[in-house]
Amino acid sequence: MSTPVNEVETVDPTPAGTGKGNPKTASAAAKEGLTGRLGSGLALVIAVMWTLPTAGLLISSFRPEGDVRTNGWWNVFSNPSFTLDNYRQVLDGSSQTSLTDNLINSIVITVPGVLIPISLATLAAYAFAWMDFKGRDTLFVAVFALQIVPIQVTLVPLLQLYTDPPFNLMPLGGREAPAGGLYGLWISHTIFALPLAIYLLHNFMREIPGELIESARVDGAGHVQIFTRMMLPLMAPAIAAFGIFQFLWVWNDLLVAKVFSSPQVQPMTVSLQLLVGERGQDWYLLASGAFVSLAIPLVVFIGLQRYFVRGLLAGSVKG
Amino acid sequence: MSTTEKFIQMGIAVALFFGVMAAILLLTQRLRSRTGERVQAAAFLAPAVLLIVIGLLYPAGRTIYRSFYGASPFQAPFVGIENYVDLFTDSTQLEVLRNTLLWVVLTPIVSTFIGLIYAVLVDRARFEKFAKALLFLPMAISMVGASIIWKFVYDFRSSDNVEQIGLGNQVLEWIGLDPYNFLLTEPWNTLFLIVILVWIQAGFAMTILSAAIKAIPDDIIEAAKLDGVGGLRMFQHITIPSIRPSLIVVLTTITIATLKVFDIVQTATGGNFGTSVMAYEFYRQNFVSGNQGLATAIATVIFLLVVPIVVYNIRQMRRLEGR
Repeated sequence: MSTPVNEVETVDPTPAGTGKGNPKTASAAAKEGLTGRLGSGLALVIAVMWTLPTAGLLISSFRPEGDVRTNGWWNVFSNPSFTLDNYRQVLDGSSQTSLTDNLINSIVITVPGVLIPISLATLAAYAFAWMDFKGRDTLFVAVFALQIVPIQVTLVPLLQLYTDPPFNLMPLGGREAPAGGLYGLWISHTIFALPLAIYLLHNFMREIPGELIESARVDGAGHVQIFTRMMLPLMAPAIAAFGIFQFLWVWNDLLVAKVFSSPQVQPMTVSLQLLVGERGQDWYLLASGAFVSLAIPLVVFIGLQRYFVRGLLAGSVKG
Repeated sequence: MSTTEKFIQMGIAVALFFGVMAAILLLTQRLRSRTGERVQAAAFLAPAVLLIVIGLLYPAGRTIYRSFYGASPFQAPFVGIENYVDLFTDSTQLEVLRNTLLWVVLTPIVSTFIGLIYAVLVDRARFEKFAKALLFLPMAISMVGASIIWKFVYDFRSSDNVEQIGLGNQVLEWIGLDPYNFLLTEPWNTLFLIVILVWIQAGFAMTILSAAIKAIPDDIIEAAKLDGVGGLRMFQHITIPSIRPSLIVVLTTITIATLKVFDIVQTATGGNFGTSVMAYEFYRQNFVSGNQGLATAIATVIFLLVVPIVVYNIRQMRRLEGR
C-alpha cells in the first residue's frame, strides 16, 4: 500500500545526467531500432508540435492589434514590431476589458482552496496512519473509495445545499451568500480534494518508521506533540507535492467556478472562456489574457517540478 | 466587493480553518487514556469525514435518486427510467454518446503512444531534461488556456484575399491546399478537439513511462542482449512487458480524465457543431436547458462508466507500488 520514499526518489524521471557511463538500458537498445535520422526527426516533430502553438500565441500577445488581425505571427521574423498595449488592456483596472479583478479572484479562490484541504487532510491522514480505533481500516477504505465519485455527480445537489440549506443555516450560494459565494467555492474545492489528499498523505506518513513514533510515545509524547513536532516537518515534501497538485487544479478549474461563483468572484478561467465566446476574433486580447492566467501556474510548476513529479508517481486519480 | 474585502474574506477563511485545526490539537492535547485516544481520533477525523459525507456521499446518492424524476427543478414527477431511455434514443444524445466514445478511445491511446515514443527517443539524449520539459509544460496550463492556444492554431479565414492568421491553415496554404474550417466542419471537428487533450496528457504519459523504463533492471537487458535480441524486438519483448503495469495506469488515468472533459468543449466550440460530450452535456442540460432529470441521469452514467476503470486503475497502481 505504501510507496517507500526511496523508490520514488529513484524513479525521478529527470535525474541530471544519470547513467551516462552505462548506456545498456532497454530504451537505449530499443532506440537503436528507431535511431538515426528517423528517430531524431520524429522527436523533433513532436517537440515542435508541443511548443509552436504556445509560442505563436505568446508572440501574438506582444504584437500590435492591427498586425495580429491582418497577418500571422510568423511574420514577426521578417517584420518585427512589438508592444505591451495588449497587456495594458487586460491589466489596467480602468480599461473595459480589464481582467485584474478576475486575476485577484483567482488568487483569493486558490489560496484557501489549497490551504484548507491540506490542513484537514493532514489531521485525518495522521489519525488513519498512527492512531488506533475501531473500524479504522473500513473507514479509510471508504474515504479512499470516494475518489471515484466524479464531481459532476455532486454538483446539482451541492448547489442546492448551498443556496437552500436545511435547518435555517446560512446560505453559502445564491444572492444572499456572504463574500459573493466564495465560501461555497472554497468548501467545494476542499471536499473534492479530500479523498485524494488523505490517501496520498496517509501513504507518505506510513513510510515513517513505526519505532520512531513508538519511542516518542514511550518518552511521554502525546499524539498532538508527535503530530506537530515530528510529522509536520517530516511531511513537508509530501505536503508540497500535494499542494502543487491542488494549486494547479484549483487555479485551472473551470467547471466548479462556473457552477458556484457569482459574477463578482469569477476567476480568470471563467472570464477567459466568456471572452472567447464574446470576442472570439480579438486574438490580441485573448493572447495577453491567456498568458496572464498561465504565467503564475507556469512559474510555480517550473519551480516546484521535483515535488510535482513525486506526487504524480505516488499515484493520483482525482474525482 | 472591493479587492481589500476579498483579501480580508480570504484571511478569515484561512484563519477559520486553521483555528479549527488548532482547537482540535489544543483540546485533545491532554488526552492519554484509552477512551481519550478514541475521542482524539474522532476529533482528528471529524472535519474531513463530515465534509466528505455532506459534500460527496449525500450529493452522489441524491443525484442518482433525482435521475428517476422529471425535467423541472421544482416538484418534478417520478418518471422511472425515462431519462435513461432518452439518453440512449434521442438523436442529439446519441451523437453525444458517439463523441464521448471517440474521445475515450482515442485520447488515452494517442497520448500514451506519443508519450512512450518520445520517452524512448529522448532517453539519455544530451538535452533529455529540456526535451522532456517541452512535453511536460502543457500540464501546468489550464484546459481553457490550452483551448485558446489551439483555437488560434485552428483559426480560419475563408476569403482568398485575406492572409491566414492561424498556423494550421497557413501550413495548408503553404503546401498548396485550401484552408479548412477545423472547428466547424462536422464530424471531424471532434478529432481536432481531441488533439487539444492529447497535447495536455502526453506529458503525463511520458513522465510515468520514462520513469518505468529507467527502472527496468539492467541484468534483464544484458541477458536479452546475450541472446542476440536488439532494437525493435527488444522494445517489443522486453521494454513493453516490463512497463506493462505503468502503461495500464497511464491508459486508465487518462481515460478517467477524458470521461470528465468539459473545459475544452466549452471553450473551443461551446458544445456546438456536433461536438458535445457527456460531461459537457451534463452542464448544458442542467444549467442551460434546465432539464435536471436528464442532467442527473448523464452524471449517473458518467459515474457508472468511471467506477470499473478506477477500480482497475487502483488495483494496477497497488501492484506497481507493491513491487
